[in-house]
Amino acid sequence: MSDRIEVLKTYKTYAGGNFPRTESGRYYKVYDGNDNILANACQCSRKDLRDAVVAARNAQKGWNGRSAYNRGQILYRIAEMLETRKAQFIEELETIGYKTKKAKAEVEASIDRLIYYAGWSDKYQQVFGTINPVSSSHFNFSMPEPMGVVNVWAPEERPLLGLVSVMAPVIVGGNTCVILASEKYPLSAISFAEVLNSSDVPGGVVNILTGFRDELLEHMTTHKDVNAFFYTDPNIVQEQRKQIDENATLNLKRVRRKPVEDWESEEAQSPYYITDFQETKTTWHPVGL
Amino acid sequence: MSALTKNNFILKISEITKTVPIDEVGVEERVARLNSRSIKKESKVQALKLALSMIDLTTLEGMDTPGKVIQLCQKAKEPHAALPDLPTVAAVCVYPNMVPVAKKALRGTNINVASVATAFPSGMSTLDAKLEETQQVVEDGADEVDMVISRGEFLKGNYSYVYDEIVAVKEACGDAHLKVILETGELQTYENVRKASDLAMHAGADFIKTSTGKVKPAATQPVTLVMLEAIRDYFYDTGRMVGMKPAGGIRKAKQAIQYLVLVKETLGTDWLTPEYFRFGASSLTNDLLMQIVKQQTGVYQGVEYFSND
Amino acid sequence: MSEDSKQAEAVEEKPYKPTSPSTKLNFDGFWDYDDAPQSADHVEYKDQYELFIGGEFVAPEKDRYFDSLNPATEEKLTSFGEATQQDIDKAVKSARKAFDKSWSTLEPKERGKYIFRLARLIQERAREFAVLESMDGGKPIRESRDVDVPLAAAHFFYYAGWADKLDYAFPGKKAKPLGVAGQIIPWNFPLLMLAWKIAPALATGNTVVLKPAETTSLTALKFAELCQDAGLPDGVVNIVTGAGQTGSAIVNHDDIDKIAFTGSTEVGKIIKKSLAGTDKRYTLELGGKGPNIIFEDAPLDQAVEGIVNAIFFNQGHVCCAGSRLFVQEGIADTVVQKLRDRMETLIVGDPLDKNTDIGAINSEQQYNKINEYLEIGVNEGAEMYQSSCKIPETGYFCRPTLFTNVGQSNRIVQEEIFGPVLTVQTFRTAEEGIEKANNTPYGLAGGVWTDKGSKIFKTGSEIRNGVVWSNTYNKFDPTSPFGGYKESGEGREGGLQGLYPYVNLQ
Repeated sequence: MSDRIEVLKTYKTYAGGNFPRTESGRYYKVYDGNDNILANACQCSRKDLRDAVVAARNAQKGWNGRSAYNRGQILYRIAEMLETRKAQFIEELETIGYKTKKAKAEVEASIDRLIYYAGWSDKYQQVFGTINPVSSSHFNFSMPEPMGVVNVWAPEERPLLGLVSVMAPVIVGGNTCVILASEKYPLSAISFAEVLNSSDVPGGVVNILTGFRDELLEHMTTHKDVNAFFYTDPNIVQEQRKQIDENATLNLKRVRRKPVEDWESEEAQSPYYITDFQETKTTWHPVGL
Repeated sequence: MSALTKNNFILKISEITKTVPIDEVGVEERVARLNSRSIKKESKVQALKLALSMIDLTTLEGMDTPGKVIQLCQKAKEPHAALPDLPTVAAVCVYPNMVPVAKKALRGTNINVASVATAFPSGMSTLDAKLEETQQVVEDGADEVDMVISRGEFLKGNYSYVYDEIVAVKEACGDAHLKVILETGELQTYENVRKASDLAMHAGADFIKTSTGKVKPAATQPVTLVMLEAIRDYFYDTGRMVGMKPAGGIRKAKQAIQYLVLVKETLGTDWLTPEYFRFGASSLTNDLLMQIVKQQTGVYQGVEYFSND
Repeated sequence: MSEDSKQAEAVEEKPYKPTSPSTKLNFDGFWDYDDAPQSADHVEYKDQYELFIGGEFVAPEKDRYFDSLNPATEEKLTSFGEATQQDIDKAVKSARKAFDKSWSTLEPKERGKYIFRLARLIQERAREFAVLESMDGGKPIRESRDVDVPLAAAHFFYYAGWADKLDYAFPGKKAKPLGVAGQIIPWNFPLLMLAWKIAPALATGNTVVLKPAETTSLTALKFAELCQDAGLPDGVVNIVTGAGQTGSAIVNHDDIDKIAFTGSTEVGKIIKKSLAGTDKRYTLELGGKGPNIIFEDAPLDQAVEGIVNAIFFNQGHVCCAGSRLFVQEGIADTVVQKLRDRMETLIVGDPLDKNTDIGAINSEQQYNKINEYLEIGVNEGAEMYQSSCKIPETGYFCRPTLFTNVGQSNRIVQEEIFGPVLTVQTFRTAEEGIEKANNTPYGLAGGVWTDKGSKIFKTGSEIRNGVVWSNTYNKFDPTSPFGGYKESGEGREGGLQGLYPYVNLQ
């Protein structure tokens, strides 16, 4: 019996519902737990970022225009798709050194997190929206509204759970996003894009790039058509943190940093992750005949 | 006749009575802001005298007698003996059977006689009877006719009936001025007030008037503002100036001045004359007089020092 | 002209120019209102104010003072101490001490009672505050009396009640105070902005160092007297006066936990940049270029009044002013005609006169800036209309101004003027109106006028503004959150949402 030659997967990026290679043609090597080469990942350029932001912006109005119920169903659908591919993701995590038990726990936590936020889709407005009893003859209410396009650095350490934990609260609130995957472990993110692509998520709602943080930081934080920047790194160097904040002043980008240490803990999920990417809109109207 | 021209186009009743959206809260806020005007010193005296000259001194009661009407006409001619150089009121307003009495009592003055007509205050009569009544009061010497519209027909949407009726009464008035009473207290919404104003003006009203005084609420400032805005828009469209008469419930000088501010800041000073603005009132007269005397003497006045007619 | 070029002209898009009306109302005339000055006899203020630190008035370390003018007379009103780095240190220390020793250990309900006291004290001395506000800042007494001061009191009253109810404000979380808040407020609503800043900060258990604007510090220092009268623990509220450098010393102070700023987008960006890389929280309420969209089915007379409130309220010195008017084409002439008539009745003059609608421009600097924009507008080819009202000979006054024949790219359409200057553009479809309204880096507030409910909701949800006034404009209430999208700021003030910037959620 001759050994079958395995078909290897090419890891590309995910933008606008397509899987393009980086326009730059550059790649970087991704290693497994034993320093063996696993794959070539795209080393995305600022132009890839630019294109992804365009895709995200184009998708935002339509995504926000969906009913909350529908967005919840789509998030639930992502969870369903992930559940059916559980084995694949466990295996993929194992290749980068995860023990089976831990890999399984991460995938399952990821599925549960998607469901957690799917359930919030039509509730956070009720919990965080307000009717304001103004003293004049007006009806007045405040509702959360999505900020728009959010650039995200996925956590470096938990390649799947980290990614899902930052993506879900952003998109469930009607934002679209461009996510830079974990630099060291980008493969789960690209495999997850395949899940997204088969889960009724409209193209452009989630865009996933791979590449180097240092290279892309400047453009991810200065881009003037991006409304917010979200990162988590607990150990970010001070200089970089400052740079992110400074760049964000250009268009008053909202910067949100959640230095979560343990993505399986309670602190890693809450509706406040959703409201962090919401603006409050207050509407007045006279009450009369 | 159910049509009128605007810029040489024939207007249909449905166009005249098109709903003009009005926001209740906005109207009331505007009035509140106008009420914050503070009228002091000489401008106050001027306003008090102006208001006096705009009064249609009114008595409309079932128990009116010639004696009562004659007394009222005396008051009209000489509001306060102690102040001989005051203006006279604009008109005396009475029921039809009192027109000859008033006419005689006011002979030789510039004070007009106004008569209510058309089955005042309800208007619940036939068109023929209304026209006959109108012709009668004009024949008896009324210079001005205050008619009521048919609110029932209006509220059920029979605008052409209301329109035709006004046109017919206007014709019956001849040279007499026609004031059309909308009875806004029965019209429910500002939009209806506006619609009735438009209808009345297009049908030929010389004045539009809020109320009979027999229905509450009578004149209010928000209703008056809506009517003044209708007059302004009609003026923009046609160039014709229509007069305004709030009636009922205006008893205090302070209120009268607030109304004058409404007129001044909505229609401008051209309307600040008895020719285009009237108060339908009676007890207002004495409060105006008291305030005028107060302004001149600096002493707060007592009601017993002013003749109560 | 050839047939072709005629056609080309027909399709070319032209900015809106009103046609001249055939009939005109006359607002001149024989009955003008006499002066109705608000008496200032009972109002007291000192010739010179020191800084308010640790519960007492103390001289600035460098003993420098600057003058504050009454912009309606250009005469000196009083002078204020200039706080420098050492003074800010002192103020922050006193605020920190108060936070540690008294304020954060106080029972929340007792904290609330102090804030209720402040509300009541403002109400009791409302007239005095209103007169001072008008003298110091130039705003008409009608507004300081009916809007600024009552709203300031209402803010304290509203937030006082929150002090012991924070557990209900943030589901699933415990709200903890941040510590010392550094607050910098603008000159357009001096006392009201102070209330917006101090009330929620105190209610959530923080202590404050507040810097009023250098041209309008008077009511803040009068408020300091109220803090003494209320028996507020020393150091809970500290008020330091000065200009940009003083503000910068607050922003950059190491022992401040939170910065709350209201002012221009330009300065807001500088502040945001200064805070880069720090753990300081911040809220920014910045500039705006508010769209006011009038659909043809709107209640027009109320809309005209709304337009006036939107742009001429407080001399147009309002970050959420409706400075860009968008009128649906079919009603543009009507609206402009009504607006011009309405503008004719606006009274510009002595801020202390009860009949004044538009008071004095706050400072010479702002006055010059507005006049520059008027020139820019004319040079850009816009047509300027100003009401014919009389204006006083001394003091900084500006007639209400309307620009037609403007394009979206004009500077007067793009840039915040912060004065009584309105630009008028038209649109044909709702989509076009919304697109033009959103075509700006700002996103603070806007108006939508239509009689159709569903259109209100659609338009309201598509304009990118923190506040949508539908069929009304420039309404404020302590229960109602206020704040901008995009470059108009970050965070909300007012309402339950206004607590959030002052707490850590655990």
